[in-house]
Amino acid sequence: MKSEKVRVITARPSFIDYWKEIFDYRELFWILAKRDIMVRYKQTIFGVLWSVLRPLISSLVYVFGVNRIGNLSEGSEIPYILVILPGTILWLFFSQSLLNISLSIVTNNNLVAKVFFPRIIIPFSSFFLGLLDFVIGLIVFFGFSFYYGYFPELKVVFVIVFAILSYLATAGIGLFASVLNVKYRDIGQLIPFILSFGMFISPVLYTTDKVVGHWTYNLYVLNPAVGAIDGLRWALLGDYASFNWDSFIPLIVFCVVSLALSIRFFRKHENSFVDYI
Amino acid sequence: MSVITIDNASKSYVIKHKLSKGNTLRDDIVNFANSVFRGQKVSEKEIFWALKNINLKVEPGDRLGLIGSNGAGKSTLLKLLSRITAPTSGEIRIKGRMASLLEVGTGFHPELTGRENIYLNGSILGMRKYEIDTQFDNIVEFAGIQKFLDTPVKRYSSGMYVRLGFAIAAHLEPEILVVDEVLAVGDADFQKKSIGKMRDVSKSGRTILFVSHNLTAVESLCDKGAFLSKGELIDHGPIKNVIHNYIQKVSAFQIKQEWDTINEAPGQNGIFAKRVELKSDEELASGAQLTTKVPLKIEYEFWNDLDNANLNLSVFLYSMTGECIFNMANESRNFQKGIISCEFKIPGDFLNDGSYYVSLMVVQDGLKPLFVFDEALQFDIHDFREGSEYLGKWPGAVRPMSLKVKTWQKELVE
Repeated sequence: MKSEKVRVITARPSFIDYWKEIFDYRELFWILAKRDIMVRYKQTIFGVLWSVLRPLISSLVYVFGVNRIGNLSEGSEIPYILVILPGTILWLFFSQSLLNISLSIVTNNNLVAKVFFPRIIIPFSSFFLGLLDFVIGLIVFFGFSFYYGYFPELKVVFVIVFAILSYLATAGIGLFASVLNVKYRDIGQLIPFILSFGMFISPVLYTTDKVVGHWTYNLYVLNPAVGAIDGLRWALLGDYASFNWDSFIPLIVFCVVSLALSIRFFRKHENSFVDYI
Repeated sequence: MSVITIDNASKSYVIKHKLSKGNTLRDDIVNFANSVFRGQKVSEKEIFWALKNINLKVEPGDRLGLIGSNGAGKSTLLKLLSRITAPTSGEIRIKGRMASLLEVGTGFHPELTGRENIYLNGSILGMRKYEIDTQFDNIVEFAGIQKFLDTPVKRYSSGMYVRLGFAIAAHLEPEILVVDEVLAVGDADFQKKSIGKMRDVSKSGRTILFVSHNLTAVESLCDKGAFLSKGELIDHGPIKNVIHNYIQKVSAFQIKQEWDTINEAPGQNGIFAKRVELKSDEELASGAQLTTKVPLKIEYEFWNDLDNANLNLSVFLYSMTGECIFNMANESRNFQKGIISCEFKIPGDFLNDGSYYVSLMVVQDGLKPLFVFDEALQFDIHDFREGSEYLGKWPGAVRPMSLKVKTWQKELVE
């Protein structure tokens, strides 16, 4: 293959070249993702089964806890596991992707320091792992919902939309974190705390209905995870969950704004990664 | 048109110096508090120029050898070229695809098998999947890992690891191949293969950038050279001139020490060094290169403050790692007060290439050491080879060329 292209290396690369180059390296998204997926379950006994077990076990734990302690499941017309599973699956996807993205540059420092390719591929390819778990989690959900005799409606196709939106929201936060984490490893320490706090302010264990009318509601819906989980429940649970515009619009706005800002931020700093890593 | 045009490229780093000394957590907290509440400066920033205003053009088909001592900026320049880091100012224009082997096997994942890593590494280096598919067998054969294709690379020997890494990059068919010190690893056979591959690459009109401390390898492989020192490009042009220039500049060895008066001179027990010098038969022009071929002469003069003493000299030659290569002494002789002169010759084609130092010991009555002059002389001996295909480090402490290995055909198979 002969490429007669001239590459110009300066302190500030041009905008069009930047995206062209990402397109040239498009195969790398999948290759890096495949690497993460292949490596993940090496030397484990259960292997890929872990992807099934994780959402299942966490959901069962949540259902058990919720039934024992709180009154969150009161008033639910369908088995509560069907309410909790979409929340858990999406929350796992959200938290895992955020953690992976934030740490992605640092964990791949051997690549960053030694070979050139558009750096933004690293954080964006790190979410495939979470996506795989998401898909497997959905299969688990459908298993339960068929078992209880509930069948999804046509609007189930919107699952894809909410998966994408929640991913974009994650990337919006995660890209910032991944850049900052290169210089300040504190971020990597901080993210798990933010995530465990975030689980309580997101409707994972309960439904958004419980918050409606409370004085914090207007603040509550600004959390992008709320919009994503509400949307996923709406898509999966048929008539038992209604569409919540209050949380959907903030989600869209959040995705657009945070992604635009964070990609800009990433571009500004990606050339200096190797100097700090 | 040039394949690589480096136009006034510079790269700077900011280094911080701590102003206060302490290194404990307590000190850090105190410093932090001072900086927050009193506005005291904790550290001082200094700008370090790893590369300064480099201008260089590389034409298609050039085999450019980058030479320079450690910290000269060679690796920084390669990092700029391979776009791992961006220049602080200036511009670099590159035409064509470039593959860099800054460290072979980068991006290998230890848990993945050789096969999986070929695809992973190939894509990271910028190959398309169909290209890897077509080159796959060549890569495996070149690396010689057929048997271990489905073994995780974490179980590979370091040699296999490097071979596989080099093989992948070499089959990338880049217009520009950047190689950094890979020849240091691998056995003679693999070195030959690698150099052959690099020659093929350059013959097909493609360009090679090669960085190595092994001047013999650089000289045999490259036709152009660039000499960097402290971030600046000192010289570039035909490789022979550049290497010659380089050797003259960097030979910072100690080949002469002299003292005018006995009071300044180092010494003990009535023996004081006056002059110690390393010479060669051909007068040592300042900075000329000592090669394994050149005969050497050590001259030592010392003041003797002892009357009627039986003295002799014992010469120790050490390798830089501190191993004693040999120790030779002469017979004791009776000396009076005054200056005593000694001479010791090392023939050419005897020492191996490397760094050496000499210690000199004056002994009384054949058993009592009076004064040991440690590390009196330090020098590097450079490699000299003729008609040898092998370019790696010649093993061993000495290289006594007078010892001949003979082979002959004893019998013929009928």
